[in-house]
Amino acid sequence: MAEILVLVGHVAGQVRKPSLELLTLARGLGTPVAVCAGADPGVEALETLGRYGARRIHLVETEELEEYPVGWVQILADMAAETAPEAILLESTPEGKEIAARLAVRLGSGVLTDAVDVRQGPSGPVVTQWAFAAGFTVTSRVTRGVPVIAVKPNAVAPSPAPVEPSISRGGLALDEASLRTRVASRAVRQSTGRPQLTEAEVVVSGGRGLGGAEHFGLVERLADALGGAVGASRAAVDAGWYPHAYQVGQTGVTVSPQLYLAIGISGAIQHRAGMQTSKTIVAVNRDPEAPIFELADHGVVGDLFAVVPQLLDEIARRRD
Amino acid sequence: MKIVVCVKHVPDMASEPGFTTDHRVDRAGVQGRLSELDEHAVEQALRVVDAAPDTHLTYLTVGPAAAAEALRRALAMGGNAAVHVSDDAIAGSDAPATALVLAAALRRLEPDLVLCAMASTDGGTSLVPAMLAEHLALPQLTFAAELTVEPAATTVRVRRDGSQATEHLESPLPAVVSVTDRTGEARYPSFKGIMAAKKKPLETWSLADLEVPAEQVGAAAARTVVDGITARPARTAGTALPDEGEGGLRLADFLSGQKFI
Repeated sequence: MAEILVLVGHVAGQVRKPSLELLTLARGLGTPVAVCAGADPGVEALETLGRYGARRIHLVETEELEEYPVGWVQILADMAAETAPEAILLESTPEGKEIAARLAVRLGSGVLTDAVDVRQGPSGPVVTQWAFAAGFTVTSRVTRGVPVIAVKPNAVAPSPAPVEPSISRGGLALDEASLRTRVASRAVRQSTGRPQLTEAEVVVSGGRGLGGAEHFGLVERLADALGGAVGASRAAVDAGWYPHAYQVGQTGVTVSPQLYLAIGISGAIQHRAGMQTSKTIVAVNRDPEAPIFELADHGVVGDLFAVVPQLLDEIARRRD
Repeated sequence: MKIVVCVKHVPDMASEPGFTTDHRVDRAGVQGRLSELDEHAVEQALRVVDAAPDTHLTYLTVGPAAAAEALRRALAMGGNAAVHVSDDAIAGSDAPATALVLAAALRRLEPDLVLCAMASTDGGTSLVPAMLAEHLALPQLTFAAELTVEPAATTVRVRRDGSQATEHLESPLPAVVSVTDRTGEARYPSFKGIMAAKKKPLETWSLADLEVPAEQVGAAAARTVVDGITARPARTAGTALPDEGEGGLRLADFLSGQKFI
């Protein structure tokens, strides 16, 4: 079976969940090859890649890609030229998309982004995407070159399928094009102890109805009670109540959790575009006309400052 | 300094666009507009112009005749000139073909800075800016939430809120930069701006002008094919009950029933 290159990225000690999702999808297409870099990835990380089905781990022993991320295009293009893989999978994130774009041009390949599913078809991988604020489901194929496919986080639940991987090691001589885009500094987002927004099974988001930054504690408490992540509407972010990294919507993060709770969010189109594929949607809002109720499986029309504390108390009582 | 902002004429999302039977965006009866996200790229360019008035700002688009509306709208916000690449052979082009045409036009315009939005609001792939950078062998700074171009600068710096970290990236000019809506509110065109825009030069270029072979663009050259499109069933709203003192308890019942508690 032909190889499927999976861009795992820089590894130091552990493998991120989206990489395990890509490996899980890659197993359905061919023989997964995990492409990663790092001076010291750690034994545990390599074991994890094997546990999720990486038949081969290609390790570029350098830290330089942290500073010159366009170098990933070189690595993947070189590997594609050597081994003629069946497809190249990477994450549909800002970082992943810019690599996908350059790589597709360099390889003369077709490229598909924002994939929510990838399956083997009679003539290559079949990619499922959503279009127009998830109003349509689109299935597509790449018809030229090695398919480059960027997959949204949370597209699939990662499942283990242990193999004993071989390890190939490579170096990298950054070319002129790679050296001209430089990451001058990087501040890794402080861990909140909560799941990542794009990866969470449960997302609790707060909006304008909260009335101020000081009330986001209520949203955080509910998220913690349900083991979820915290999100925010654009209105709440624009008001400075919560950091932009947590904005759910068209220009923020798109989420598709099992459960989405919209607290004090009216449900503007640009917010719905980022959450309406959630499995179950719950809304609490004072305004019975709020468009969010058109999506909600369960809606409570009322004061969130009464409803949410009562819910928190009841969750605690039922768990006692 | 010369800046080119790449813009796109897109269907207005408020008019709920759909698809034709041959899997293209159905533009019939749908209002078109300058992509909302492009307005932020225009705004960033105009801020450079405000700080350095000798900056020359050109808008560039690829699309059918109606796409000129997007250029006029951008010109009404400010800037000097516009180029519309229009050719029947371009219809149905995918992101790589669109980037190929834009790159050919940019080679002629020779900007120091190419500005794009983070994505179009219709196709929304976000691919074109980095594809332009690859075609032109330029550095790319994509998804900028903050952009700094100092007057007479030779370096461009951006802040990007990435998936894992907040990054500060920099590159020498010339460069391709794509910006998000976090870069700041876009200005509205003034009446004076709208009148002035009508007199600003707007050139139309064909593929032949750019020496791009027609067989490299359009639907026939597309590197991807759509096999099927289905409208997702509209979500059916469940119950929305007024809170009569037990709204939190009923919600707990619902969440328990769904095994979330």
